[in-house]
Amino acid sequence: MDTKNIDRRSFLRAGAASVAAVTLAGCSTSQEKKEIADFSQEALGEVPTDGMVYRAPESLGGDKVSLLGYGCMRWPWAPDDNGEKKTLDQEEINALVDYAIEHGVNYFDTAPKYLKGLSEEATGIALARHPRESYYLATKLSNYAKDDTLQEGKDMLMRSLKRLQTTYIDYMLCHNIASAASFKKRFIDNGLLEWLMQQREKGVIRHLGFSFHGDQEGWDLLMEYHEKVHWDFVQIQMNYVDWEHPSEEQVIAKNLFNDLAQRNIPVIIMEPLLGGGLSKLPDFLAQKLMERKPSSSIASWAFRFCGSFPQVLTVLSGMTYLDHLQDNLRTYNRFEALSEDEFKLLDEVAKIYSSYPTIPCTNCTYCMPCPYGLDIPGIFAHYNKCVNEGMVVSSKADPEYRKARRAFLVGYDRAVPSVRQANHCITCALCMTKCPQKINIPKRMGEIDAFVEKLKQGLEL
Amino acid sequence: MLKRIRIILAAIFFIGITLLFADFTGALKAYLGWMAKLQFLPALLAGNIIVVGLLLVLTIFFGRVYCSVICPLGVFQDIFFALGIKAKRNRINPSPAKRVLRYSVLAIFILAIAFGVNSLVALIAPYSAYGRIAEGIVAPAYAGVNNLLAMIAERADSYAFYRTDVWVKGVGTLVVAIVTAVVLALLAWRNGRTWCNTICPVGTILGFFSRFSFFRPVINVSKCVNCTKCAKNCKASCIDFKEHKIDYSRCVACMDCLENCKEGAITYKWVGPKAAPKECNCSAEEKVDQNKRNFMAGAVALAGAVAAESLSSVEAFAQDGAMAAITPKEAPARGARLVPAGSFSVKRFRQHCTGCQLCVSKCPNGVLRPSTDLMTFMQPMMSFEKGYCRPECTNCSDVCPAGAIKPITVEEKSSIKIGTATVVAERCLEATGKDHCGKCSRSCPAGAVSMLHSIPEDQESPKVPVVDAEKCIGCGKCENLCPVNPLSAIYVEGIDVHRVI
Repeated sequence: MDTKNIDRRSFLRAGAASVAAVTLAGCSTSQEKKEIADFSQEALGEVPTDGMVYRAPESLGGDKVSLLGYGCMRWPWAPDDNGEKKTLDQEEINALVDYAIEHGVNYFDTAPKYLKGLSEEATGIALARHPRESYYLATKLSNYAKDDTLQEGKDMLMRSLKRLQTTYIDYMLCHNIASAASFKKRFIDNGLLEWLMQQREKGVIRHLGFSFHGDQEGWDLLMEYHEKVHWDFVQIQMNYVDWEHPSEEQVIAKNLFNDLAQRNIPVIIMEPLLGGGLSKLPDFLAQKLMERKPSSSIASWAFRFCGSFPQVLTVLSGMTYLDHLQDNLRTYNRFEALSEDEFKLLDEVAKIYSSYPTIPCTNCTYCMPCPYGLDIPGIFAHYNKCVNEGMVVSSKADPEYRKARRAFLVGYDRAVPSVRQANHCITCALCMTKCPQKINIPKRMGEIDAFVEKLKQGLEL
Repeated sequence: MLKRIRIILAAIFFIGITLLFADFTGALKAYLGWMAKLQFLPALLAGNIIVVGLLLVLTIFFGRVYCSVICPLGVFQDIFFALGIKAKRNRINPSPAKRVLRYSVLAIFILAIAFGVNSLVALIAPYSAYGRIAEGIVAPAYAGVNNLLAMIAERADSYAFYRTDVWVKGVGTLVVAIVTAVVLALLAWRNGRTWCNTICPVGTILGFFSRFSFFRPVINVSKCVNCTKCAKNCKASCIDFKEHKIDYSRCVACMDCLENCKEGAITYKWVGPKAAPKECNCSAEEKVDQNKRNFMAGAVALAGAVAAESLSSVEAFAQDGAMAAITPKEAPARGARLVPAGSFSVKRFRQHCTGCQLCVSKCPNGVLRPSTDLMTFMQPMMSFEKGYCRPECTNCSDVCPAGAIKPITVEEKSSIKIGTATVVAERCLEATGKDHCGKCSRSCPAGAVSMLHSIPEDQESPKVPVVDAEKCIGCGKCENLCPVNPLSAIYVEGIDVHRVI
């Protein structure tokens, strides 16, 4: 732990490599974004419109899906005068959708639950301005229904069709399967899966699959069900860290992927950036990648990794800003599969990354609202930011201690109002049932609170 | 020249003390804290013989320099007096000393201290009156500017400034501060140091000594042309130009008259330990015998509990659809007042505190706020809606100039018991079976709260928090972090006499 920190800092000090390139990939404020986008435009030239990679597995009956899929979970908000996020920025969303389609993206993935339930409607409005056959639409039967009855499941699909202003769904997913038990409860016992298969025959659903965030037992059951259901596709969390070095809470993505490849099931990738984490690597890891390809963003490595597997149908990215989209379009419109060497490099990066004490939160907000008012993703985001910036030191003797202490504490109050901070967690553990990353949230909250207390009291860390 | 020195010194003290109040970071207290400790009344109440002696010696030698330089309320009035005189010169009518009034007020003041009518003490005490103005009016403006800078810093990814909470800690106290500021500004504008020479008990005490001061302004009768400029611009209205006499009990040694006299007839000079000249225009019936130095004598404890104020924090939280709404906490009705560690007892605290609000301005956790109770009005008290009394902080005890909160170390603080946590089981999540919690038990820094079965024989019975009163120090962490709102299911009751556990 100690040596690692020192390593990182010495890298930080030595780090003379272009900061602009690091921030290019992903950062926090929209203002920053705009400037950098303009800059990259100048340096990297026009975003190509003609080179998108399409994948067309035979089993999907002629569908030609763009390798870049648009994840509609992170559309931009239009905060009101009080800065509250109550409505989405429809104008901006329309512009993003238009731009994406113009540049060859044809897969849009949403869900009833996304963005406090506003995603489907906004996506529907933006897409209805384009011919229905020019894009593929994916949505999900979320497992956060008001109850687990068949009727509620049916209603949910009907509501989705209405909001998306369409009569059919191209790719329908059983959403976020966490375990064998929850799958049975939500889709089998009430006959919902059976009903979905009927809809597939009727053409209301063109392809049926599921998205998975579960354990091995759940996975085995779903693979068993393939015989009966015939999954047209499966959506899994995959990226170069989860591939072989996932956090302790996650399953090894390589195993899932191989199971699917074996059965010839097309794979849709979610979390290619691990919730954005792989677009803002700790500085010295970022420098390893920039050294190799100075003109490519850090994020592009993650997208190239996923795209390098031919069984991958599309890679979803929740692009909030135009420059995210542009960066990804550059990657997939001039796609270069990873070389053997590059795979090795990413494996090395992944090994170090996974040993970092960052919390694998992807800011999906499924855990919210916390009944006791905590801003769980906000707390984790602040902690991770500090870890990545070397502002989480492990000893008072550290020469950076004072600076790091101030940055952590002042930044904490800025990022999260004091009544929503980790010390208010009562460990009711409601969130744990909802976290797709299987993070032990109450335990982490306790650890962060203990760390904050030590900083505040000036105790040895 | 002397006037200029006076103005420079006064500015240093005035700005220093104002900054001391405005600085919410606590960083300046190490450099400026002594300015508060030099204040007469707090030092007297703190039993700080050195400072009191020093100030008396200063007065005996140089006159009421204290009132013109060290006392922030005096300087505050001088600012408005200067503006007033600029607007209209020669506006002062020399007046006789209001001796009856002065000594009556002083007598009432001493009685108020003796009988524990501390709201009156706090109201009249000059430094405290300025403290409330600085804390209630200047500090929020200062914090506002800071917050603006913090906003800019945040955008620039700098940690140089951090946001601080601006909130009304006590409406009554704020009103008193505003009224004090307005009244004194108007009085000073029109007539200069009216307050200091009629109401202010410190002015009366120092006036008593300044009558004998070794250095004093003296009118040279042979040079005087009776132009009356000195008298008509004297902020203390204390120059009798007909008799060529100055009432040194009211003179605040501002040196204005030295410069106002174009003939050079007034000089500030050594007259030595002569007997005081007969006070002009004395009224003869004045015979209130003062036991001026015996301030602390015979305080009588007031029986009966002091009702706590119920100040609810009305903080609006930014609502986000994905965030649960949080009902802000409200203060419970506490049986006994909670005062900071270092106060020793509620009674002792009440006798010493002059309600200057310096500790309130230094509390980083939003715990201290002025009391609204009639007897202890404006004296600080503790409540835990916004935060709790954190273990690493001893700010209030570091700054208190009146010795109401004695200096303590962080180590001492961890073992000083100021109150006892009390459980209200009907509100408790765990006891009522609404959720599994145990937050108070887990977070207690003293390990004083245990979660025990409500029926000992029944292992299935719901658990309730039970407080070991001998371990609990009353820091309020459990109350502040209790998830039940607006009234916590566990709250701290004050104890009359603090003790080390």
